[in-house]
Amino acid sequence: MPAAGVVLIVAVVLIVVALVVYLVQTIVALQQISTGLDDAIAGVGEIVEKTAPVAAVVTDINANLDAAVDALEGLLIKKAGLGDAVGLVDGLYPGAAAEGFRAIDGSADVKPPRIAEVYTRGTLTLARLGREAPIAVVSPAGGPVLRNVTGGSLAARLLYPEERQGRPERLSRSPVIGTEAPVQYEPSHEPGVRRRMPTNGGTTGADPGAV
Amino acid sequence: MTLWWIGDIVLLAVVLPVVVYLLRGVLAEAKAIVPSVRGIAATAAAGSKDLDAVPLLLTTQDQVVRTVENVAAYGGSLDVIIDDDEER
Repeated sequence: MPAAGVVLIVAVVLIVVALVVYLVQTIVALQQISTGLDDAIAGVGEIVEKTAPVAAVVTDINANLDAAVDALEGLLIKKAGLGDAVGLVDGLYPGAAAEGFRAIDGSADVKPPRIAEVYTRGTLTLARLGREAPIAVVSPAGGPVLRNVTGGSLAARLLYPEERQGRPERLSRSPVIGTEAPVQYEPSHEPGVRRRMPTNGGTTGADPGAV
Repeated sequence: MTLWWIGDIVLLAVVLPVVVYLLRGVLAEAKAIVPSVRGIAATAAAGSKDLDAVPLLLTTQDQVVRTVENVAAYGGSLDVIIDDDEER
């Protein structure tokens, strides 16, 4: 065999060896890729399976919440009127009046009144008890926004008239009832109907068993 | 004979390097995909694990229904005990 033929054979062998080495490594890499894709597909399949009922459940939750919101908004408007209702919502959530109520057309165009002009002092006081309530910030009555957490029970007295909390000893005692009560009342045969009208100083019990 | 030698030289100097170059390129790209695929598989497994809490949505759904029922009951009571705006 001529020398050129030997060189040719060597060259072909080298090419085949190179092909085998690199292609085998490529096959191994592709097998790893295939295994990884199988794992990924299994994970994605689990995700799809687990998220399948989410849409229906969330839709049902939203439908229930929408119904509750519509009912409460309707009740609020029924009881307070559209203007005051918008004012209350805007007082609790500043800026919410611009969005209006979802189920009420034109509610976004209502100018929210000042909350202090609409609601009683009791409402403002109750709102002020909440921490940093927005309604308390704009309260015309002033006072601290934050509730006194250390003396909270005493602070609650401020909700009631002074004569009832500051000087309780000056109040008249509660009436005594029972068989030994100083004032006896006759039992009536019919509810709300007295046997006879009371005289001055109360009625004396004609019936010893009166309660 | 001269052409044979020329063919041998071309085979060794041109064809073999080109084949090696191309095969190395294919191998490098294939190996580069492996970590990405493993990362995708790990992420999919983690995402699937995160969704284990999805069945709790059924509890949430039930609680929402009960809460709305209570809200409706309170609303009905408020509707009775509070005067309407037109009545005040």
